[in-house]
Amino acid sequence: MEKNTNPQTHKPLDYKNNQPIRWCPGCGDHAVLNVLLKAMSALDIPPEKTAVISGIGCSSRLPYYTKTYAFHTIHGRGGAVATGFKTANPEMTVWQISGDGDCLAIGGNHFIHEVRRNIDVNLLLLNNRIYGLTKGQFSPTSARGFKSKSSPYGTTEDPFVPAELAFGARGTFFARSLDVELGISQEVMMAAANHKGCSVVEILQNCMIFNNGIHSYITERETRPDRTIHLVHGEKMIFGTDRNRGIVQDGFGLKAVTIGEDGYTMDDVLVHDAHCEKSFVHQMLAMMDGTDLPVAFGVIRDVEAPSYETAVAEQVEEAKALHGFTCLRDVVMSGDTWQVE
Amino acid sequence: MEEKAKVQFRQSIVVRFSGDSGDGMQLAGNIFSNVSAGLGDRISTFPDYPAEVRAPQGSLGGVSGFQVHIGHGVHTPGDECDVLVAMNPAALKQNAQFLRKNGAAIVDIDTFTQSGLDKALYTTTEPYEELGMTAQVIEAPITTMVKEALKDTGMDLKAQMKCRNMFALGLVCWLFNRPMEAPLKFLKAKFADKPEVYAANELVIKGGYNYGHNIHATVSTYRIQSDDVRPGTYTDVTGNKATAWGLIKASEMSGRPLVLGSYPITPATDILHELAKRRDLGVKAIQMEDEIGGICSAIGAAFAGHLAVTTTSGPGLALKSEALGLAVMAELPLVLVDVQRGGPSTGLPTKTEQTDLQQALYGRSGESPLVVLAAASPTDCFKMAFQAARIAIEHMTPVILLTDAFIANGSSAWRIPEEGEYPVIKPNFVPEAVKATWTPFMRNALGIRYWAIPGTPGLEHVVGGLEKDYNTGILSNDPINHAHMVETRRMKIANIANVIPELNLKGDPTADTIILGWGSTYGHILDAVTRLNADGFKIAMTHLRYINPLPKNTAELLSRFKTVIVAELNTGQMASYLQSKIPNLNICHINKVQGQPFMVQEIVDGVKNIMMEEEL
Repeated sequence: MEKNTNPQTHKPLDYKNNQPIRWCPGCGDHAVLNVLLKAMSALDIPPEKTAVISGIGCSSRLPYYTKTYAFHTIHGRGGAVATGFKTANPEMTVWQISGDGDCLAIGGNHFIHEVRRNIDVNLLLLNNRIYGLTKGQFSPTSARGFKSKSSPYGTTEDPFVPAELAFGARGTFFARSLDVELGISQEVMMAAANHKGCSVVEILQNCMIFNNGIHSYITERETRPDRTIHLVHGEKMIFGTDRNRGIVQDGFGLKAVTIGEDGYTMDDVLVHDAHCEKSFVHQMLAMMDGTDLPVAFGVIRDVEAPSYETAVAEQVEEAKALHGFTCLRDVVMSGDTWQVE
Repeated sequence: MEEKAKVQFRQSIVVRFSGDSGDGMQLAGNIFSNVSAGLGDRISTFPDYPAEVRAPQGSLGGVSGFQVHIGHGVHTPGDECDVLVAMNPAALKQNAQFLRKNGAAIVDIDTFTQSGLDKALYTTTEPYEELGMTAQVIEAPITTMVKEALKDTGMDLKAQMKCRNMFALGLVCWLFNRPMEAPLKFLKAKFADKPEVYAANELVIKGGYNYGHNIHATVSTYRIQSDDVRPGTYTDVTGNKATAWGLIKASEMSGRPLVLGSYPITPATDILHELAKRRDLGVKAIQMEDEIGGICSAIGAAFAGHLAVTTTSGPGLALKSEALGLAVMAELPLVLVDVQRGGPSTGLPTKTEQTDLQQALYGRSGESPLVVLAAASPTDCFKMAFQAARIAIEHMTPVILLTDAFIANGSSAWRIPEEGEYPVIKPNFVPEAVKATWTPFMRNALGIRYWAIPGTPGLEHVVGGLEKDYNTGILSNDPINHAHMVETRRMKIANIANVIPELNLKGDPTADTIILGWGSTYGHILDAVTRLNADGFKIAMTHLRYINPLPKNTAELLSRFKTVIVAELNTGQMASYLQSKIPNLNICHINKVQGQPFMVQEIVDGVKNIMMEEEL
């Protein structure tokens, strides 16, 4: 990634255009946009080296409000467009903005393949568990039995857990935040940008109009400290209002305990290792749902692997060196030819 | 060779190799056409693969064919073959219909056992009579002789049998005075790493040649005259390879690096194969997860400022429709190559048709005009792929290039263009003078949007699928603005008529009747018109390669004729398009939808019938 040599030369507003923002008042997308602009500024990659690409949906409107090279594409296809864009020009820093419908329903195939391919795209997946732009149908992340305009008697299907798909597609980076957790959101966005490869960032986001309070179980101020945990690489997995609860290993699984009770001490509490090659513990952490175990925020997994566009570019250089062709004519003339006088 | 009994002087000859799909017929045919091209013949080839990858051995479904037409005045692979090589009863049954009445069939008589006949569903023990064949049949014991030739090599039977195709090739080379040096050179290169395989093939091909020599007294043979061709360096290309190369040429002439986003689909995949090889020229060919991913990754590359291409066939074009609309709306350059095949749905994947024309013209939501071109021959694929890229880049629009299975897999001798034969392509970059006031949908005098390349400071902007304001490029739902933008996009495409060649006339210019074709039917129609004129039928000909927009003089030229015969491999898609554009035309049809190219005779007969009816 190209960094500006003169740090902090770009302010958040340098990445924002003057278009009127059309999200509903109170929508979680406002916060995501503001944090993204701050993250861009903190990363200090110039606007002309930044691209924001999206599909369709409320969250996919985000590129319209940035002063970057921005592309609002078609439903579900943001990942495929971003893949071609980044492969063509690896110099650009690419953000992809998507929602639970765009990314996991109509764009599900592109999503798993861009994760598998490990294209260097920072993918913000704004998950509000509803279709907002089409006015309130259930989404692939809506819980079984969820009542909506298109499921008046409740859905009869189980939802996706985005993390599970990302791990199933052998993702190299997964992080999570909440729309109102501005600090954690900026932290994970910056980590995503600094990760070379496909970085999936799930942001739990509230839709005021069609699904208000869908994440309230973990978002209420009183319960949030006990039902969520902020994971930081190299630090103990501690949470709770009194900071006295921890995650420990329990057989093949994980368990939330109170430190000092039932014989558990601080020494038993796990230290987060986001860079561990094996994804088994990362998956368990990502699947914690706020009931027995707190929902994990922060960077859950961040490991190195070859990124797609870099591998393509390297192969181009190798192939050029191997054959020494300079133009099409060299290729054609190297085959079977004959002269006609 | 003086000892050959009969020598027929023919301008050109057609040989069809056919056998089980594992018999190596494509290789034998390819070597024969390359060897002939090396001697200065014009060539045109037509591989005819079975639909099934591995049908049971000896079954009708497993027959693979390769037809090659060599000699003078060659425009097509030929309607009928002069010599048919049939490696088993099934191959003979499938291909006897293509053999000229007084042609010759070479069969491996060792395979004509009761079991072989049963597998090919013969109902009698007299295969030639059952097929109504009048041609001469050379019953060569190919299997026996191959075994004999290789008996001291220690090869197992299966490996020996893989050499049968070379025996047939040796025999055909003998028939047509092809010296053994050229095929041996080809085989030596092919099996450079396997000298024992080369040695076996050498033994067998010479065995076939010598066998032909020994039975000469009973065979009619032909001598092939070379064509007069323009001086230069030549090579043999298939349409798909020429398409790939034309795109690379356009990349070189535009300075825009080439990115292909694609998904494998018959019969277009060879373009992906060729461009994947060309990483050595900096081409980034990426195989995506599906057809939609293919076009969308290409659109991403176009937004990044590259020459972006996606390749497909009919069903894939259907999947790409929505994304094509995005490219229309975002006004980004994009080349989509549709190698047409038989449809609808999975249809006839390996066969040829021109049935995607209306899908290409109209198959999108909204008012969504784009450029449609069609290549007329394997070598024309190079030129038209270049033109597709040139128009896309210079006019900021998606362009659909239609080819088809017939020209995509067929090959011709191609004169390699010299430096300077192809023009520089000038991308419509944002000029320095307007940078300060530039907006994303600002246009030049021709109504063409400027192309701002990501990475350029100060030109950050948003594009997308939503309608935008004509002046500011900002989202707009204004009704009058939308109507204006629809018209702007329409005119941008219509104006391209000013930069494409006009239609020209061939055949008899004094005729009242003209035959019009488009795309891959060029060679067959030209041959038919030449025959008709020679027979005293007054008919002119013109051929469309630029379909939308139509060449400027199309209406004027066609309106000179009392009757316009539109010949096409569909049920009348071009005819109805022309009728909608030029209502006063008296249009008659010659159509064929069999998954096969026209036969010249079909066009000749069709024209004669129409001319008789029109006179009544």
